[in-house]
Amino acid sequence: MARITLKVNGTQHESEVEPRVLLVHYLRDVLGLTGTHVGCDTSQCGACTVMLDGRTVKACNVLAVQADGGEVTTIEGLARDGKLHPLQEGFWEEHGLQCGFCTPGMILSAWGLLQSNPHPDEHAIRLGLEGNLCRCTGYHNIVKAVQHAAKKLAESKSETAAPARAAGSR
Amino acid sequence: MATQPATLERMIGKALKRREDPRFITGRGTYTDDVKLPGVTYAFFVRSPVAHARIRRVTTARAKAHPGVRAVFTGRDLADGGVNGIPTGWLLPNLKTTDRRAIAVDRVRYVGEAVAVVVADTPYAASDAAELVEVDYEQLPVVADATRALGKGAPQIHDNAPGNLCFHWEIGDRAKTEAALKGAARVVKVKLVNQRLIPTAIEPRASLASYSPATDELTLWLTSQNPHVHRLIMGAFVLGLPEQKFRVIAPDVGGGFGSKIPVYPEEVAVAWLAKKLGTPVKWTAERRESFLTDTHGRDHVSEVEMGFDTGGKVGGLRVKTVANLGAYLSLFAPAIPTYLYGTLLNGVYDIPAIFCEVDAAFTHTTPVDALRGAGRPEACYLIERTMDVAAHELKLDPAELRRRNLIGRDRFPFQTQVALVYDSGNYAPTLERALKMIGYEHFRSQQAEARKKGRCLGLGISSYIEACGIAPSQVVGSLGAQAGLYESATVRVHPTGKVTVLTGSHSHGQGHETTFSQIVADELGIPVDDVEIVHGDTGRIPFGMGTYGSRSGAVGGTAIHMSLEKLKDKGRRLAAHLLEAAPEDVEMKNGRFSIKGAPDRGKSFAEVSLAAYLAHSMPKDMEPGLEATSFFDPSNFTFPFGTHIAMVEVDPETGQTTLLRYVAVDDVGNVINPMIVDGQLHGGIAHGAAQALWEWASYDESGQLVTGSLMDYGVPRADQLPKYETERTVTPSPVNPLGVKGVGEAGTIASTAAVANAVLDALAPYGIVHVDIPLTPAKVWQAIQDAKTKGR
Repeated sequence: MARITLKVNGTQHESEVEPRVLLVHYLRDVLGLTGTHVGCDTSQCGACTVMLDGRTVKACNVLAVQADGGEVTTIEGLARDGKLHPLQEGFWEEHGLQCGFCTPGMILSAWGLLQSNPHPDEHAIRLGLEGNLCRCTGYHNIVKAVQHAAKKLAESKSETAAPARAAGSR
Repeated sequence: MATQPATLERMIGKALKRREDPRFITGRGTYTDDVKLPGVTYAFFVRSPVAHARIRRVTTARAKAHPGVRAVFTGRDLADGGVNGIPTGWLLPNLKTTDRRAIAVDRVRYVGEAVAVVVADTPYAASDAAELVEVDYEQLPVVADATRALGKGAPQIHDNAPGNLCFHWEIGDRAKTEAALKGAARVVKVKLVNQRLIPTAIEPRASLASYSPATDELTLWLTSQNPHVHRLIMGAFVLGLPEQKFRVIAPDVGGGFGSKIPVYPEEVAVAWLAKKLGTPVKWTAERRESFLTDTHGRDHVSEVEMGFDTGGKVGGLRVKTVANLGAYLSLFAPAIPTYLYGTLLNGVYDIPAIFCEVDAAFTHTTPVDALRGAGRPEACYLIERTMDVAAHELKLDPAELRRRNLIGRDRFPFQTQVALVYDSGNYAPTLERALKMIGYEHFRSQQAEARKKGRCLGLGISSYIEACGIAPSQVVGSLGAQAGLYESATVRVHPTGKVTVLTGSHSHGQGHETTFSQIVADELGIPVDDVEIVHGDTGRIPFGMGTYGSRSGAVGGTAIHMSLEKLKDKGRRLAAHLLEAAPEDVEMKNGRFSIKGAPDRGKSFAEVSLAAYLAHSMPKDMEPGLEATSFFDPSNFTFPFGTHIAMVEVDPETGQTTLLRYVAVDDVGNVINPMIVDGQLHGGIAHGAAQALWEWASYDESGQLVTGSLMDYGVPRADQLPKYETERTVTPSPVNPLGVKGVGEAGTIASTAAVANAVLDALAPYGIVHVDIPLTPAKVWQAIQDAKTKGR
């Protein structure tokens, strides 16, 4: 067993974990943060995407011990003070989700994308989200949702940006 | 004096934001794998690595000794423990059924079939111990291809199905069709492969069972599109559990696409294990398992002959299809390549003679069942691809060929040659509108210009019909369904005038919590926020047939409407009593019961609701309370239609296709929520386009699935798809009072042919007439090379 310490959605956690436990299983099964989903076992679908130290990662592709000392944001931590993040608003406004299963990962990936490129065009959004699969929407409204959020974020610079080293996930 | 309430905005037809979304966008959805129970244990299945073998021995001792392991069971243990085979839900004459066990007892018939199950305290321990189960297989010969399976000398899959034929099925008039083809000026012949697909809902299947000795009740949380169907079949046929002691909950479900309709081996085993072990048991599929064990879809090979007169009018259509059913009969498998396929071969055209025959084969592959569209995409692809081949052979413009054959608007209800009666339709405007949107008039000259520069642009048309709102019970019963296909709804008005709807439909992305609320809000004149939609729980909902076949709006929505009518009638009679008026003098408007012509004299909906529960003053013949249950069994299917057009560019150097534009003009009847309708179409279009270009469940000769992961199977990504340009015409359905038709599968049904036709149009300069889907870069490139060689 290994002892790890990490901050998740602003709360510090200390746990004993098997070294082979994946970050996604740690978040879901140990911390009960079931908003992060598992959709595949080959890191293709992106449903498990979370923010780790300012970078989007696929949490099925990171061991919990690798996140030791790190800071994680999951979908549960995206809204601040009861106010939805512009991306959450965008997905709601533009019907960017149907079954909702890919949505948390999709939103987190989009968050990473907008941090590295705050004004993406349609092509950049589609490329930026190519690490996330959605079977319901055909992506049309997901693109609109990200555009919606980009516009909202540009309008209000008050968003407290996560560390600037963000990059789109693969 | 009572003030007039402000008129509430009409909800039906409004693009209302979805009421279910707040939980999903904040990570608070509850999918089956998210449900936590104290003391839960985890199941892991040991699966066959070979496609056909006799099981000589299963040795479990080492696995049982592994730390954390509670138990290991084999197929023999389950059979001895009273677990029966999983039945099929649709029988056809002379159909050969299969004895499908939750865990194989002495023989395995496809790669991935379960041979043992390990239960342990953690998922990691369960999967570790599964490695320690030793299975001694005596390998047997394999056949994965349906045509080969039906051929002489093929390995036999089931002893009761000689020649691996599950059934032979026919529809239409053979003699009339043969005569029509004989008399035709030209007969277009084409052989079409409709490849096998894997549904790939992003949420893998999961089940969690918990048994309470105190109440003798078993509760099963399940990724299901139809929890009551699961309860009935698992309870009554497989496990022998009394229905009243067996509760199935389908909580949030992450997409279905047909793959979460059937009863699967894993949920049977998990339910049995929970009772046997006395601890909750959970199983969640790994994606690897989803590929091997979720039911697959399609897998047809068809020979098509379509006869035309000199004017390009279709005279007859003959189709001979071989359908691959996989190793066992899944729940609705027999219905898919028959009544949901052959009956749709009339398309949107006036075809005077049709005959279709289907040979359905067993093979050593994963069982096949419904996949988005289920039979109807196969029919649409067949007709629309053949129309384009015909246009090429007859040297007619593909739009003009379609125009000449469309069923006229004055022909409805339209009796087809393959049993169905189309409810309502007006097909030509969808074709003309779509042509205008894509700029067809100018496209051909643009295409010619591009060709001069070596660029391959192509445009493909698909005019489709679909049958949805699957019903009526009497008809499907006479065709072999072992169930009725009505839907139920209870509308419960609470004393405060708030409303709970218990619907037998199940939403796994369709947005019922929004659209059904819109129906209720309008009919009762109350705010949408006063309405709660409950679905997916046999413990709360009286009964339900579930969601598939684009039936929820047309059948489930109408059941709600019927209950609302009953409530309004009771409310009106109660209000009349309270107002000391005759019931016929009271009307309901804007959430108020009032005297006709005297709107000030009235009672609000909430006041009447309270009065119904106080029951201090009721009409003589009236019971207290305000609740109604209805079962709606429609008189017919509904028939959405439309025209989709794809524009593509093919890179002749690489064979790569780029989707440039996609235009869709659909008619799905009346629209409850246009935002949701568009969303359903988008997803459907993507799914069908993916069949045309990328997705293919490919087996090798030894029965190994070689596209068994997301690294190999082409689920499309955002950067591979275009935006969709959608418009609508509205032709209400006369089959239900809402006038709605259905939209969940329309996009998928239409788009495969549109995209495939576009690619082949782009390849026309090479003299290429047909290449089977999926039109992957490798296949397109090869076709170009072959054409060049032939041309030399």
